[in-house]
Amino acid sequence: MTIKIKTYLNKTTNAAPLAVFRICFGLMMCFSLIRFWYHGWIEKLYIQPKFHFKYYGFEWIKSLGDYNYLLFFFCGIAALFVALGFKYKIAIIAFFLSFTYIELIDKTTYLNHYYFISVLSFLMIFLPANARFSVDNILRKKSYQNIPNWTIDSIKLLLSIVYIYAGIAKINSDWLLKAMPLKIWLPSKYDLPIIGSNIMQQDWFHFAMSWSGMLYDLTIPFLLLYKRTRVFAFVLVVIFHVFTRVLFSIGMFPYIMIVATLIFFDASVHEKIIVIIKRVIKPFRRKIKAFQTIETYKYSNRKLLIPIVAVFFAFQILFPFRYLFYKNELFWTEEGYRLSWRVMLMEKAGLATFKVVNSKTGSYFYVQNSDFLSAFQEKQMSFQPDFILEYAHFLGDHFTAQGHENVQVFVDSYVALNGRLSKQYVDPTVDLYQEKESFKPKDWILPFKDDIKGF
Amino acid sequence: MIKKIVLSVFAIALMVACSKSDDSGSGSQSDGFDRQAMLTNWADNIIIPAFQDLNSKLLTLKTDKDTFLATPNLTNLDVLRASWLEAYKTWQYVEMFDIGKAEELNYADQMNIYPTSVTLIQNNITTGEYDLSNPNLNAAVGFPAVDYMLYGLANNNTDILTTYNNAANAQYLSDLVDQMQSLTAIVLNDWTTGYRNVFVNSTANTATSSTNKLTNDFIYYYEKGLRANKFGIPAGVFSTTTFNDKVEAFYNKEVSKVLSQEALKAVQNFFVGISYNTSVNGDSFSSYLNYLNTIKNGEDLNELINNQFNIAEGKIQQLDNNFSQQVETDNTKMLQTYDELQKAVVLLKVDMVQAMNISVDFIDADGD
Repeated sequence: MTIKIKTYLNKTTNAAPLAVFRICFGLMMCFSLIRFWYHGWIEKLYIQPKFHFKYYGFEWIKSLGDYNYLLFFFCGIAALFVALGFKYKIAIIAFFLSFTYIELIDKTTYLNHYYFISVLSFLMIFLPANARFSVDNILRKKSYQNIPNWTIDSIKLLLSIVYIYAGIAKINSDWLLKAMPLKIWLPSKYDLPIIGSNIMQQDWFHFAMSWSGMLYDLTIPFLLLYKRTRVFAFVLVVIFHVFTRVLFSIGMFPYIMIVATLIFFDASVHEKIIVIIKRVIKPFRRKIKAFQTIETYKYSNRKLLIPIVAVFFAFQILFPFRYLFYKNELFWTEEGYRLSWRVMLMEKAGLATFKVVNSKTGSYFYVQNSDFLSAFQEKQMSFQPDFILEYAHFLGDHFTAQGHENVQVFVDSYVALNGRLSKQYVDPTVDLYQEKESFKPKDWILPFKDDIKGF
Repeated sequence: MIKKIVLSVFAIALMVACSKSDDSGSGSQSDGFDRQAMLTNWADNIIIPAFQDLNSKLLTLKTDKDTFLATPNLTNLDVLRASWLEAYKTWQYVEMFDIGKAEELNYADQMNIYPTSVTLIQNNITTGEYDLSNPNLNAAVGFPAVDYMLYGLANNNTDILTTYNNAANAQYLSDLVDQMQSLTAIVLNDWTTGYRNVFVNSTANTATSSTNKLTNDFIYYYEKGLRANKFGIPAGVFSTTTFNDKVEAFYNKEVSKVLSQEALKAVQNFFVGISYNTSVNGDSFSSYLNYLNTIKNGEDLNELINNQFNIAEGKIQQLDNNFSQQVETDNTKMLQTYDELQKAVVLLKVDMVQAMNISVDFIDADGD
């Protein structure tokens, strides 16, 4: 066994796929950040709100105010450096840190694909993505033809985890037997040309999309791995992601996934891509002195790196299953829902009205959420229990500081999930100001009173 | 070999998925809900007729105001007060349509911000220098300001009539009424000359399309204009004390209930799609929800929402005509009414918006 692992770790392969991956990743990230800036979302999401919702354990991460622009600029430059392979190691670490910092400022903006980018850029810190076709080659006058095989496989593995876990999550009764939430989402795309007012409204189509979505996620990594189905699989990837792009506002995610899956292709394909890129940049290129090409890239600190990557993957494989420790319905309580590749899986909406009570006199008043939260924050807060708790504490502190005495905070909240009628969500008799955030089950969430079978 | 297995599993699965469709797809629901028909019903049968009626009632108000100012006697004052009330009741049918020109002009803020500010009004009258369209004067114009001018300038009718010997008072009342009518005429004119077609043809599902904007306006109005302003704020729901002076038509003292009943009726009529001034039904939220429920096999939201409106209306009926009085003598009834109105907010804001999958904002979000 150990011998097998050793031989595997010593296997090498052409460095081109990883180089192409690095370039695509860097450029897409750079574009993605510019797009974010262009839409005014830095202002809207990170500067305007008076209050930010924090990830548990990361409360110390603060918004930088107007300096957030600087942070985005820094992150964008780092992405560009990654693409160029210019001081790659420093660039990818800088990108990982700044991008992750941005995401940690406010969990309202949580998206699976932002998490994916953080995770992927962390992994890329340990990969020799600048071994070929990079500015670093010119600086060091050295280029490498081959790299360890596992470095490319690790990206394939990460992508496979994302797909397969997303597929497993779709094996549930709402998705497969009720075609929820597609049954809510698809009919509202009535304005799509040609298919909008007919196919999108059909019951069978909602089911067909649910089932094929699940099967797509579960099988696509295997179809990509296997040479003879690879081209077919890639065509599917393109169709699937273009389709989701048309239907949903999920930003850059579809393009990132399409480009990322190119890593599954043989080195010859990537060699061709490099030739094309070379041709494009030729007019701008000065003559570069020939530099040494070394046969194989060797890690100097492999003993340290391999365990880190191994622990990283063990975490990625186990962490999404943490929901098994909670007995209540995952979709309802969301305990263990985030950071586990549950993508586009449910339609949830809520309304949460907070009541501030003086425990001595019994006098009370309701809070107008718009006084403190942006519309987007209010929307996300209203159906996620950790948001509700955090906001209750914010309100408690705020009104105590204002001179109110004996402050208790109660919430009257209603949540609708996957087309079910809204139901009361949080026990309205529990003073949330006294409840603490932790990994323990939140017993103040009222029971779901329905059953969603599946993973 | 693996390929064959994988491919055949995939193919079988696809076939399963499709054959499932043959069982459950009835084939009769081949067409989507016609949003344009709904928008057309809203524009032609509800919104424009309501604005036309309001405009004509404001023209009457203007005439009666001129008559009164020419001959300030009790008879003319009563006529003027009656037409103020008629116009104010009609106003309840248009306040929710904060779209197009109305939104551009901040029309609702210039027509019905209360409590009105006596300080601002008196200051305007004294200086005689004011631009009534200035946003800083929103609390000194519109129906609430006229309410003060007709009922609040003095303690009894004789004294009120006497105050109109002062030309500055007469001028201010005149300017208020003229301003309300001219604003309304601008909004109405915009609807009839071009905006109607823009509105009806904006059928997409984006944050700026007609259905989405008006749905948001409708719910916002129900929550703020109706539930909070008419009931919640005076009843002290958002504060530690009650406010008997923050009721609608505070100086008249007799009509806050009537106005709120009209407002709820307007909301319900719009929800159901009943034409203004007739009882003909057209496409609306109600029929849209019915259409979606046939897709979803879900709860009959349409019925739940209508029932909740009816329950709230029942609660309002039990209130005093004078909400100011109600808040002082038995605020519990006011709070109970608020609670019933609030239940409909949940149904509209959570359940209806979810069923219709209305886009409210333009930010990347994948729904989790």
